[in-house]
Amino acid sequence: MTVPRLELSSISKRFPGCLANDDVSLTLLPGEIHALLGENGAGKSTLVKIIYGVQQADSGTILWEGQPVVIKDPHAARRLGIGMVFQHFSLFDTLTVAENIALGLERPPPMRDLEQKIRAVSERYGLTLDPARHIHTLSVGERQRVEIVRCLLQDPRLLIMDEPTSVLTPQEVERLFATLRRLSDEGCTILYISHKLEEIRALCTRATVLRGGRVVGACDPRRESARSMAEMMIGATLTAPTRPAAETGGATLEVRHLSTTSDDPFATNLKDVSFEVRAGEILGIAGVAGNGQAELLAALSGEAILADDGAVRIRGQAAGHLDPRRRRALGLAFVPEERLGRGAVPELSLSENAILSGYVAEPLVRRGLVHFGRARSFAERIISGFNVVAHGHKAEARSLSGGNLQKFIIGREILQKPSLLVVGQPTWGVDAGAAAAIHQALIDLARGGAAVLVISQDLDELFVLSDRIAVLFHGRLSESRPTHHTTVEEIGLLMGGLFGAATGAEEVPHGTA
Amino acid sequence: MSIEVIGPVVAAMMTAATPLLFAALGELVVEKSGVLNLGVEGMMLGGAVVGFAVTVATGSSTLGFVAGAAAGAVLASLFGLLTLGLLANQVATGLALTLFGVGLSSLVGQGYVGHPIADVPELRIPYLTTLPIIGQPLFGQSLPVYLALAAVPAVHWFLFRTRAGLVLRAVGENHTAAHALGYKVIRIRFLAVLFGGAMSGLAGAYLALDYTPMWAEGMTAGRGWIALALVVFATWKPGRVLAGAWLFGGVTILQLHAQGVGFAVPSQLLSMLPYLATVLVLVLISRDVTRIRLNAPASLGKIFYPD
Amino acid sequence: MSMIRLEPRGQASPLWVYGAPLLAVALTLASGFVLFWAMGFNPVAALRAFFVEPLTSARGIGELVVKATPLTLCAVGLAVGFRANVWNIGAEGQLTLGAITGGGLALAFYGEGGWWLLPLMVLGGIAGGMAWAAIPAFLRTRFNASEILTSLMLTYVALLLLSYLVHGPYRDPDGFAFPESRLFEEAATLPVLVTGTRVHLGALFALAAVAGCWVLIARTFIGFQIRVIGLTPAAAGYAGFKEKKIIWLTLLLSGGLSGLAGLGEVAGPIGQIVPTVSPGYGFTAIIVAFLGRLHPLGIVLAALLMALSFIGGEAAQIGLGLPKAITGVFQGMLLFFLLGSDVLIRYRVRIGARKTVSQGATA
Repeated sequence: MTVPRLELSSISKRFPGCLANDDVSLTLLPGEIHALLGENGAGKSTLVKIIYGVQQADSGTILWEGQPVVIKDPHAARRLGIGMVFQHFSLFDTLTVAENIALGLERPPPMRDLEQKIRAVSERYGLTLDPARHIHTLSVGERQRVEIVRCLLQDPRLLIMDEPTSVLTPQEVERLFATLRRLSDEGCTILYISHKLEEIRALCTRATVLRGGRVVGACDPRRESARSMAEMMIGATLTAPTRPAAETGGATLEVRHLSTTSDDPFATNLKDVSFEVRAGEILGIAGVAGNGQAELLAALSGEAILADDGAVRIRGQAAGHLDPRRRRALGLAFVPEERLGRGAVPELSLSENAILSGYVAEPLVRRGLVHFGRARSFAERIISGFNVVAHGHKAEARSLSGGNLQKFIIGREILQKPSLLVVGQPTWGVDAGAAAAIHQALIDLARGGAAVLVISQDLDELFVLSDRIAVLFHGRLSESRPTHHTTVEEIGLLMGGLFGAATGAEEVPHGTA
Repeated sequence: MSIEVIGPVVAAMMTAATPLLFAALGELVVEKSGVLNLGVEGMMLGGAVVGFAVTVATGSSTLGFVAGAAAGAVLASLFGLLTLGLLANQVATGLALTLFGVGLSSLVGQGYVGHPIADVPELRIPYLTTLPIIGQPLFGQSLPVYLALAAVPAVHWFLFRTRAGLVLRAVGENHTAAHALGYKVIRIRFLAVLFGGAMSGLAGAYLALDYTPMWAEGMTAGRGWIALALVVFATWKPGRVLAGAWLFGGVTILQLHAQGVGFAVPSQLLSMLPYLATVLVLVLISRDVTRIRLNAPASLGKIFYPD
Repeated sequence: MSMIRLEPRGQASPLWVYGAPLLAVALTLASGFVLFWAMGFNPVAALRAFFVEPLTSARGIGELVVKATPLTLCAVGLAVGFRANVWNIGAEGQLTLGAITGGGLALAFYGEGGWWLLPLMVLGGIAGGMAWAAIPAFLRTRFNASEILTSLMLTYVALLLLSYLVHGPYRDPDGFAFPESRLFEEAATLPVLVTGTRVHLGALFALAAVAGCWVLIARTFIGFQIRVIGLTPAAAGYAGFKEKKIIWLTLLLSGGLSGLAGLGEVAGPIGQIVPTVSPGYGFTAIIVAFLGRLHPLGIVLAALLMALSFIGGEAAQIGLGLPKAITGVFQGMLLFFLLGSDVLIRYRVRIGARKTVSQGATA
């Protein structure tokens, strides 16, 4: 019998208030691609942090190729031959590719030799990279390549990939899988963390499922359906949102020739973006992060005031010059991408967070004074109406789980009865139960006559929600197309910038930001 | 102004720039690691009084400089303990350090006000010092002036050519990622803070032992704050710190000379010049948001929460 | 740092929100004990002279209020700004400007004063402080320049300006070239509230400012905006709160109150314009603001404590020959200990190394 590459037995890890890993055992064989499945909060991240030495287990043992080891920090992990590609990249924006890679190596060679090596490895695996470029000039896909090349340069025998495809186009995902399969053929073990079950079925040969910090099952993904694995993950049967046909009215939001410029060197400028969202429909905007989503959201919410007043019209009224408060007065409600730190103030209570956006449409402020009693009852209506699990209206926003906070924020916006709702990343990092509830709420809002715009990187989500889909790439927006007349592949090509191939419009140069 | 006065004026400008250079280079390294220490003024005063006291006690200005640097580092370690160990707000703690340094230095310095000490000797390089114009500024200064100058390329080399410098910049850029890669964020920052403290201490010791030379309460007169402004002015680049320090040295000397020749403007108004110049350069550099964003360490002033 | 670890609490500990300042005071007293002992004084007698003696007479308590007045006025304004992450540390300069403009009116109308002069001086003092604080506000909102550095630089400029004025235009024509102004006439002096003390009308201004800032922060929508901007600027932008407006408002408020404090000094206990109007009230007010938890009521208590450290310093200097500089050391130490103790609000401190996996060799 072959000696396992890595064997974890009875790993437990407790944080104040939660048991993140509870008696977890896991065996990884040489050369296998092993999936680690679980919802957000199931304990996947903690487990891989323990393997990579970022955190220490409270109890349990680790065997590396049959030998007991203590992995006291990431340096020790790398010396053993463990590499990791992080979900939130561990890259440094203002440093060069080569400097970033040097930081992830134990004994980096002199810079010139390192640049040679980077070129050699990136050619061998088809991961083109220029070592002298600064990270902030790279696309998200290129940034991931930096992370992968950094791992490959130390000839890893175990490569951990944490949610690697959530930021890639479907075509980029295919290229990544080719690289991973090749590594596995060379004998490298890959621990693959994802919640995208179709991808896991295509790539992995074994899977371990975590729920609530415990191992609840193992399977061969090739013999399972996505649905059966999802039910193993959440421990319940899934109900898909119901979606009656749309009856659309007039254009509630019109965006015409919207272009932006910014002082911020890390920003993506919008270039001549035009679209409209009609009452009763959901428009989805897809795209890889960093292609102008943040700028489009700011231009719509009023956080960025526009030079051209008519570039954004809400219910027929020019709104480009209006601040967020005046736009809300026109019927706009808005859910930002970042829940904690933009959509909610972490240190404030839920009733105070209800005031944050509710002060325009709800009677919470009178003669300059805050009416805290009304804020409290508004917060309580949100909590009960959207099944938010929290210790009452006094709970600090940061004490809520991601899913519950998102339900609170979306509830806060929907209860203001908006005629237009703009949502960024509605279910990013949210558990399946909360995601289903949020999707249903958005569909219900649209069917009640509101116009809804959803900007998301999650194609599956957009295909569930949207009546029409458009794609944002390098600050330009493609034509939208009806969801039932398009495919994931077609949208994927648009996400990669192939507007020309898909629409006959002008060619967009690749690789410049 | 005749040609002969240029030499002494440039020499004076370089000495006036020296304390700013020490303090600003130290703070630059601290800020590159992602920490904002507003206590420079307090650490300078600590270095000044301890350096002075040790020189009086031992008769050795070398020991005085060493002690001054050590005093600065000790004060900085208080700041490091609070902000890095106990997660205190960096702005508030830096202010506290300055207030504490002002109080402590005047307490320690009670008996030394008006006390005379021997000058720090100039390094007179034979023949070269007598060269016209450049002789005195280039070859007739005391050792600390040269040390401060040498610190400019040394800090540049450390930050941009060494592995340790790369790690330090990485920690200042994104402490979460640096931590995920296994770098000891707190330890690295603590060392940077100690270095910054030692440099501020040297700056203070230079003022008390060589520039003035004497001890007086609050004798740094805002130079610590000007050094903080210089770091922003230099957009966190050591070479530009030198340019900025000379600029301020120049303004200081100009103002002193104007007072000396009985310029018809009240001395208080002339004395405002360095402070007004600081405000001016700060405004000129800060308005360029793009440049600040590209050069400022992204984690500057943010608290790192270890998990 | 492996021996002492911090363990996050789920929620802020209400006990330590109030316990931390008390712990800081206790640690400061303990350090003071050691400090006095190390300096060769009897620590018990010295601490007594410092912190108890001044409180044993009505006059001493009056002096406490006199010194707490400018501290409170400066600190309540600063605290509102600190809550919004607006770091005005130039209160000393704004205080000086208030003395210059408000006191300047007293000199300008010397001999012609009526009932209107004092209100005019009060407005003049407030306006002077506001104008001085408006400069950092303008430079921050228009050019993005750090208000920390600009407000501090302007403090040096203000002190030099005061020095210039008392040596020149403001100098008493009959004063034998002493750098002092005339003594203000009766109509230009703040009335004394309690006979036998120097407690003046400024104390009521301070209480009014405390009440006003309390309502502002706790009840008004502007106060809510200030808190959101200070905690999470991005959320304030999302909500449509105007950061620039809040920067202007908080700087003008703290500048105006500091200016009022400066006017209160020259029209109150000092009674004329002198080269040193304040022994550093504007800087000590920063400590007062933090020690008072940025809360108006807390600030009153903190201001009284800091006032005690000023008076105690003077008393200990006279009584025991202790150096006066010890006041500054106490104040700095107190702020240090407070900032350190604050960690207890959100963290538990655990002593002892973390348990690690027991078996196996180090890789």
